[in-house]
Amino acid sequence: MARSMTLTPDATPEPEMPKEHYLNASHGLKSWLLTTDHKRIGILYLVSVSVFFLLGGIYAGLIRLELVTPEGDLFQPDTYNRVFTMHAILMIFFFLVPSIPATLGNFLLPLMIGAKDVAFPKLNLASWYMYLIGATLTMVALFAGGVDTGWTFYTPFSTTYSNSYVTTVAIGIFVNGFSSIFTGVNFLVTIHRMRAPGMTWFRLPLFVWAHYATSLIMVLGTPVLAITLLLVGFERMFGLGFFDPALGGDPVLFQHLFWFYSHPAVYIMILPSMGVISEIISAFTRKPIFGYKLIAFSSLGIAVIGFLVWGHHLFVSSQSIYAGLIFSFLTMLVAVPSAIKVFNWSATLYRGSIAYTTPMFYALGFLGLFTIGGLTGLMLGTLGLDIHMHDTYFVVAHFHYIMVGGALMGYLGGMHFWWPKIFGRIVGGFWPHLSALLVFVGFNLTFFPQFVLGYLGMPRRYHVYPDEFQVLHVLSTAGATVLALGYAMPVFYFVWSLKYGKVAGDNPWGAVGLEWETTSPPPLHNFESMPVVDFDAYQYHQPKPHSQGKPATAPSAS
Amino acid sequence: MFDFDVPLFPEQASTFAPQVDALYFFALAVTAFFTLGIFVAVIYLFVRYRRRDEDEYGDPIHGSVALEIAWSVIPFIITMVMFGWGAHVFLVGMTTPEDAREYLATGKQWMWKFQHPEGHREINTLHVPVGEKVKLTMTSEDVIHSFFVPAFRVKQDVLPGRYTQVWFEATKPGAYHLFCTEYCGAEHSQMIGTVYVLEQDEYQEWLSGGIVGSSPVASGQELFAQYACNTCHEQDGNRRGPSLHEIAGAEVQLADGRTVERDENYLREAILNPAAKLVAGYSNLMPTYQGQISDEGVGHLIAYIKSLDTVAHETEASDDTEAVASLD
Repeated sequence: MARSMTLTPDATPEPEMPKEHYLNASHGLKSWLLTTDHKRIGILYLVSVSVFFLLGGIYAGLIRLELVTPEGDLFQPDTYNRVFTMHAILMIFFFLVPSIPATLGNFLLPLMIGAKDVAFPKLNLASWYMYLIGATLTMVALFAGGVDTGWTFYTPFSTTYSNSYVTTVAIGIFVNGFSSIFTGVNFLVTIHRMRAPGMTWFRLPLFVWAHYATSLIMVLGTPVLAITLLLVGFERMFGLGFFDPALGGDPVLFQHLFWFYSHPAVYIMILPSMGVISEIISAFTRKPIFGYKLIAFSSLGIAVIGFLVWGHHLFVSSQSIYAGLIFSFLTMLVAVPSAIKVFNWSATLYRGSIAYTTPMFYALGFLGLFTIGGLTGLMLGTLGLDIHMHDTYFVVAHFHYIMVGGALMGYLGGMHFWWPKIFGRIVGGFWPHLSALLVFVGFNLTFFPQFVLGYLGMPRRYHVYPDEFQVLHVLSTAGATVLALGYAMPVFYFVWSLKYGKVAGDNPWGAVGLEWETTSPPPLHNFESMPVVDFDAYQYHQPKPHSQGKPATAPSAS
Repeated sequence: MFDFDVPLFPEQASTFAPQVDALYFFALAVTAFFTLGIFVAVIYLFVRYRRRDEDEYGDPIHGSVALEIAWSVIPFIITMVMFGWGAHVFLVGMTTPEDAREYLATGKQWMWKFQHPEGHREINTLHVPVGEKVKLTMTSEDVIHSFFVPAFRVKQDVLPGRYTQVWFEATKPGAYHLFCTEYCGAEHSQMIGTVYVLEQDEYQEWLSGGIVGSSPVASGQELFAQYACNTCHEQDGNRRGPSLHEIAGAEVQLADGRTVERDENYLREAILNPAAKLVAGYSNLMPTYQGQISDEGVGHLIAYIKSLDTVAHETEASDDTEAVASLD
């Protein structure tokens, strides 16, 4: 543990903060609110999504507290329904979907490909404002009384029966969708058009490949969700019969449209996290990623097949049996690229030089939790099992293993990894290690019992439940307190590090990648001069590449 | 029920349950094998290859085509086994047997209503005989609900405006949880009930007690007479509308050339929106009965129409319901 923090071997002179960087390039509130610097926009997003993570977490705590006893003794049923709905809406639309792409993605993508900024810097800022407007509308609905439909907005409950602020929240999510689309478009164009000379497609870090796949889903999927929520609004406000059979509509149509976005949305959450894990594992084994191309293509594979599996949410919805068979088959296919990634990451450890750092602990946690999340997803995709497991706590446990165990572990691991680059200060040592451990242990204590509960038959979204389920619910709530402690600690040591953290220097981990070749924090325009790339990603064996300072030549060929 | 023990596994009380559980244990074994394999491998490698020197680098291994093919093909084969096995179990669960006792079920915020073939009605309880196939034809009066009995491992969404079916054969007398598993509003978690599985003789005893309304078939026959459906749908056919015997059977030939399955949903649409799927050889004369006959009434009419199938198509006189016999 003593050698846990890997500083550059040649760090004989203590590194100093660079004199000029993007953080001190200009001052004042306006310089932040009107910035078009991708790095500052990343930080604006970091602050915003952290606020919503905190709020969503408070709701999660309230849910776990209510479920300690079988009776509904903390909330009225109506209140409980609003609590779990808000937990999901805040966590999914305002934390998980933007989390890695809008913070780390925004900050790192141009740095990693050797660009000065994203392709459309103003659109990037507009994306953050769309997010804010969407979030504000949702908060207005929240303070007015909330929404009780579940984040899935199933019709005709949401269109005809719910007596809550459905339309306001739907508009909030509709507007927020544009922030996703803007980010996606920006990333796609940036990756296509703004790579530094020599940065060919197969020299891109896997983080960039993951964001490319994610952006495809954002651009192609989000409009469908937006249109669907608009139809819900129209049916509620004007009585147009899209979904309510009493008005001549089809309630199952809504489910098809909703999951057409919302299943791929899970991949919006997990793919960037996979990109982070690839970077961390390579950096702390100091070797190339095992099977680079297959990992890159499997990200695209997941994005493409991910669009064809939405019907696995509808196995018992009255969807045709034959559709069920096809969707189950396609769901199985997603398991293959996911399995490849897990095996390739594990194989990367073989004959590596493994440093025991906080980001690496998070990456290991990710491997374990994502494996469990993925395999239980396979169970749910198995038709005969889904009949019994559908809409029980088994599903709740499964998607938390993917979204929290997978996506969130990657987000936190990435934050610990790139924090020195973003703010120029080191975070490491005992407390971060402890937080990683608490998150891993707390997470498993919280969600593993829910698998058991689910197979026993405990349905989702139940405010009161039969007595025999209580022991497992108490275990789950106990785990949640450990988990909350694990999440709370980074807030303190991250903030503390801004002032008191050890100065990082350009490349505190000794990692390769263009982002480590500029100063920490980077200068306003990222690089002193345009980098020229004449090396593949993750080349730990050649003498350290020195691309900086080379004159810019012809733009990248491919 | 379980005292202080932590329950780990639900009771098995239907013929379907062991099939689901066998598949579950297989999937669990696959999950445990790969999870433990990854955990052990990762922890071993993590310790074995820890950095011993600040200047140490990992070996420049870029991959291995053979290994990568292996761990693409092996997971693919395993998932295909799970798919095939899962599909088999699913088809068993989703194929309603012909010879089942047919109950009607209605979900509404927040209760379950059941009607036995003999006419008995229940709310939030359902009594069924052990060892006999039971089929529920279900609809909802408002939002989507879902019928779930964990001990039977069966689940089916219950939708407004159409019928869905679920079937099971209970194997063990007892009382079992019935849950609504599609979120349906404020009292969703109170939309629960109990399924009582009784021995045959106890069930007969249960049937003989209590107030009996008329059976769905008999109620349907009354409605049929009340709305004078026979004016057009006579047994021998006066050619204004297809006779009920004519449209009895598995499939209907439509005017636009299509052939559709003549199931409950078809009959429902034929009553509420007759123009949608016109039977071949007839013109569009029938008015809609939307809003005139209650949802329950439509269910009864369908039960009556289907009972004519049994009369018309089975060579031996049916013996499953007295109601059918009483029609003759």
